[in-house]
Amino acid sequence: MRFTIERGNAPAWIRPLIPLVAILVTFIITSVVILWAKANPFSAYYYFLIAPLSNQVSALEVLVKGTPLLLTGAAVTFAFSAGYFNIGAEGQLLAGAIAAAGLGMLLGPLPAFVNIPIMLIGGFAAGMLWALIPALLKVRLMVDEVVTTLLMNTVITFFISWLLNGYWRDPVSMQPQSATIAPSTVFPKLVLHSRLHMGFLVALLVILVIYFVLRRTPLGLRMRAVGLSKNAAHFNSVKVGRTMLTAALISGGIAGLAGVGEVAGIHFHLIAQISPGYGYTGIIAATLGGLNPLGVGLGALFIGLIDTGAQTVSSAMGIPIYLGNVVEATLLLVTLGMFTLQNYRITITTPTPQKEGRI
Amino acid sequence: MPPSNPETSEACAHIMYAIEMKGITKRFGPVIANNKVDFNLEQGEAHALLGENGAGKTTLMRILYGLYTADAGQIIVNGQPSRIDSPKDAIRLGIGMVTQHFTLVPTLTVAENTVLGYLPGFRLDPKRIQAEARRAADRFGIEVQPDALVRHLSVGERQRVEILKSLYRNAKVLILDEPTAVLVPQEVDVLFETLARLRQAGMSIIFISHKLYEVMTICDRITVLRDGHVVGTVKKTGTTQTELAAMMVGRETFGVTRQGERPQGLPVLRLEKLSAKDPKGRLALKDVSLSVNAGEILGIAGVSGNGQAELSQVLAGTLKSTGGQVLVASENLTCRDPGCFTSAGVGRIPEDRHEGVVGELTVAENLALEHLDEFVDRGLLDSQKILRNAEKLISEYQIKASPTDRARTLSGGNLQKVILARVLSRNPQVVIASQPTRGLDVGATEYVRSQLLEQRDRGAAILLVSEDLDEVVALSDRIAVIYEGRIVGILPAREATVAKLGLMMSGANEVEHAVYN
Amino acid sequence: MDTFLIGLMAATLRVATPLIFGTLGELFCERAGILNLGIEGTLLFGSFVGFAAAGASGSLWIGVLAALVAGSLCGLLMGLFTVKLGVNQHVSGLGITLLLTGLSYFAFRLIYGQQAIPPSIKPFDTFPLFGHLPVLGAIFDQYTLTYLSFLLVPIVWWVVYRSNFGLHMRAVGENPEAADAAGVNVYNTRYIALAIGGGLMAVGGAFLSLAQLGAFTFGIINGRGWVCIALIIFGNWEAARVLWGALLFGLVFALQLRLQSTGLQLPYEVFLALPYLVTIAVLALAGRNTSVPSAILKPYKRE
Repeated sequence: MRFTIERGNAPAWIRPLIPLVAILVTFIITSVVILWAKANPFSAYYYFLIAPLSNQVSALEVLVKGTPLLLTGAAVTFAFSAGYFNIGAEGQLLAGAIAAAGLGMLLGPLPAFVNIPIMLIGGFAAGMLWALIPALLKVRLMVDEVVTTLLMNTVITFFISWLLNGYWRDPVSMQPQSATIAPSTVFPKLVLHSRLHMGFLVALLVILVIYFVLRRTPLGLRMRAVGLSKNAAHFNSVKVGRTMLTAALISGGIAGLAGVGEVAGIHFHLIAQISPGYGYTGIIAATLGGLNPLGVGLGALFIGLIDTGAQTVSSAMGIPIYLGNVVEATLLLVTLGMFTLQNYRITITTPTPQKEGRI
Repeated sequence: MPPSNPETSEACAHIMYAIEMKGITKRFGPVIANNKVDFNLEQGEAHALLGENGAGKTTLMRILYGLYTADAGQIIVNGQPSRIDSPKDAIRLGIGMVTQHFTLVPTLTVAENTVLGYLPGFRLDPKRIQAEARRAADRFGIEVQPDALVRHLSVGERQRVEILKSLYRNAKVLILDEPTAVLVPQEVDVLFETLARLRQAGMSIIFISHKLYEVMTICDRITVLRDGHVVGTVKKTGTTQTELAAMMVGRETFGVTRQGERPQGLPVLRLEKLSAKDPKGRLALKDVSLSVNAGEILGIAGVSGNGQAELSQVLAGTLKSTGGQVLVASENLTCRDPGCFTSAGVGRIPEDRHEGVVGELTVAENLALEHLDEFVDRGLLDSQKILRNAEKLISEYQIKASPTDRARTLSGGNLQKVILARVLSRNPQVVIASQPTRGLDVGATEYVRSQLLEQRDRGAAILLVSEDLDEVVALSDRIAVIYEGRIVGILPAREATVAKLGLMMSGANEVEHAVYN
Repeated sequence: MDTFLIGLMAATLRVATPLIFGTLGELFCERAGILNLGIEGTLLFGSFVGFAAAGASGSLWIGVLAALVAGSLCGLLMGLFTVKLGVNQHVSGLGITLLLTGLSYFAFRLIYGQQAIPPSIKPFDTFPLFGHLPVLGAIFDQYTLTYLSFLLVPIVWWVVYRSNFGLHMRAVGENPEAADAAGVNVYNTRYIALAIGGGLMAVGGAFLSLAQLGAFTFGIINGRGWVCIALIIFGNWEAARVLWGALLFGLVFALQLRLQSTGLQLPYEVFLALPYLVTIAVLALAGRNTSVPSAILKPYKRE
């Protein structure tokens, strides 16, 4: 029996296995870091993966942490389908948060069923707005969207700082945080006495919608054509620039919704640290899910699990909470590496027995 | 005693070949590119590898040069069995290769390109390497400018730099892969002179080509490959072009017969003083003016690189012109995007079929992509309609694929049929066909050509841009020759002999150039 | 000369230093054909490793050296993904930034715990190059690392244009097929370029913790890595122009710090944001740049 590794397409059943193997490999690698902290890796994994699901409170918390990731992951996936790399999800999320906080302070008197849609629309629009400049620069001037969106992410944090230290400084507490939003603009809870809020349903809905759009609408087909081959799409009369711009803007809007969720569902006011990097972690979720909307959903929830677990790991074992970030980043890199395995195929050959020749 | 054989007796006189390749086999997935190929090269000879596109000539030489590794077989250099795992091994054994796609770095100078990878030590002294490059060139009487940036050089000059690279590395064997494909007849003459000088200095040459007359002009022996195996090796003096052609193709080529001339309609496509720039910013089309009538095929003949690519792209809507107009039935389509061309009734067959279909999408999706609005039902894609459309076109155009196959899994011929189906099923009044049969096998080529003729008979105005001169001559009613971005002449088909066209294609007015005889 | 201007120019040189190291480091990577988005993480990691090593060994220069080595390893890690595995360069770079950021914070907490007063170290001293001259002496009273960074510019130019390795690197970044055909080892060349680049980036980070601040804080890099990416485009992938870009950015940044103290009515966040906005504007103006190494972002795999 001989095994040869050659270039070719791996069998289809490998693809869904990859994230699972990646998770396993990640934990093996991060054991080193855990051991350095003089802790037991298996205990750590228990707290990461199992403990959060062992009781209702933390299981719901997984969904809570997963909510913004579902949205940012969806945003990244949607844009990437058209070949647009939206690293700006972090900034767009913050833009949505700003809009939500602003609207939340303004819309007090109106009833909830009016306010909440307004909050969502406002946050979506804010996210779109913050995505506009890098998208235009890319489509019109062919400036790499990665660099511009990263710079925009930094700029908006300064804007938030200005707001929170100035106009929006809470008059009650005098802390650098905004006033609390009106009760009629708060997202209703899905499960009483938990942190799980309506944003989770919005996120699930968005995932389904983008799946639907990509597979069943003309915009989706055009986007995929552009993402797969810009030149061929252009040749086929697809308006490449307009399609990419649309994808980028919608993606920005979806990321903005994540910001709305954090303000209206969790914190109820705007703070500087409202996003511990959800925009970037969304990229991890998107990669884990193979840039497929349904996979992204699972990926986002998985990272929510790790995030929840990280807090327990930290408090129960005294390990710095950043272990969670290390695990997630390692997971991203390992998954990336493993996806290239799709380009190889193992063939097993058995040598055929030679027949004796007769002279 | 085994009977003596003329080949073996002669072999005794050249016991040591410069190169011997025995039983070379190479597979790419299911395709067998080289099938137990035997090839040898005598010292000081010019040996041609002849065959159609896809016969395996380039694959064989890439194995010799170490870019590929053979699955089976042996290579013997100067009597020593040798392992060639990389170009560095090949170079060390004295083998040099000049490919169709130059392996030059445009942003480096001639001298830097020459010494790249071969420079000892840590320092790079521009004066010193320029002197060394000049020395290597002078030894063989080759003309170069060592301090020039490669991106500023003409095609012929770049090719000389490629040759210089091999000379600098003390090559004794030089492989040239279709070297005249990108040259004008004048540059071809210069190349042949260069090769003659190299042979005088002791170089052995392997010349890959599919052009019979060239091969007969400069080579001593010819090995013909077809579909990956050797058909035969003959001496030039013992064969004719006709015999070689038969060996190459393996059967009688059935030419496309045309129905003679038809009455022509009014001009439908008009180009007026059209100009455009190439990707490097230089003017590639200069004031091109021509018109195509309904029911005729106007063929554009020319050596690759004279502006055909830019012409195809402007007429496909993928390149913006810098001057002039494109008019279709008096509608001005200048600087419009591809969608406008299609709605004006212009069917476009792209130069590179892989840029005309999205490989990862299915055949059905590709067939519907350009006209998605017709397949939309209440805002959603009507997948039934898309499927039915695909099934209809697949059967009409004999595409060997199913609607749900991914386009990239199709063969070149079937892919081209998909493009034809998409374009021709709309009954366009104008068809722009760019390199429509490039890289296709004989069967697919005949199909494409017959489709074009059918469209012509239907009354469409067809502009055929093709680097295959025989194709242009066979299909066109009128032939325009493009040279350095200008139309230098338009002839009716019956007046256009290959000789006349060849002269126009080289921009020369003298009659003495006999390359195309 | 006005003390404001002197102070401004001195500050410009100081602020520009980590940018010069970072951008020159990225230049090596990009000239060889790799867009290294791990720069932000590498700067941070270098900053941390430098600080920790200096604290542990008692020598600031050992800290710099440790950062250099750590940065080179980070570059090689990037090489593992982009060269060996041929993975998308954008995502792997970001992943490395996320990993190095997480690791730096994790390790910092692990080693130093959570203290009321953050740990600090006696930073480098500055060194007046022109002695007590009134203007030049005041402006050129900089850290050794700053002087080194300026020296690096002609050195990098020399390596790129007058060394055999530089020739390989330029070939590999423009046309790896041609380089491969010429017998250049494309993979090794890229690995080396990444290692050199990573090392330089990390030293830039170490400058911040060992010279400028004398401490490691979580926001110490704050997007400078992304600015370096933009500066390369601004500098047209040429070492000398990169220097001017870094000085310009340093000027705007230093100006922002000084204008605050003059009581100008603009909020200080505007000044913080200004350099980044300027960078975006520069990118918009630079537009489609034909000097970008042609092979960038395309992984190379020999058939």
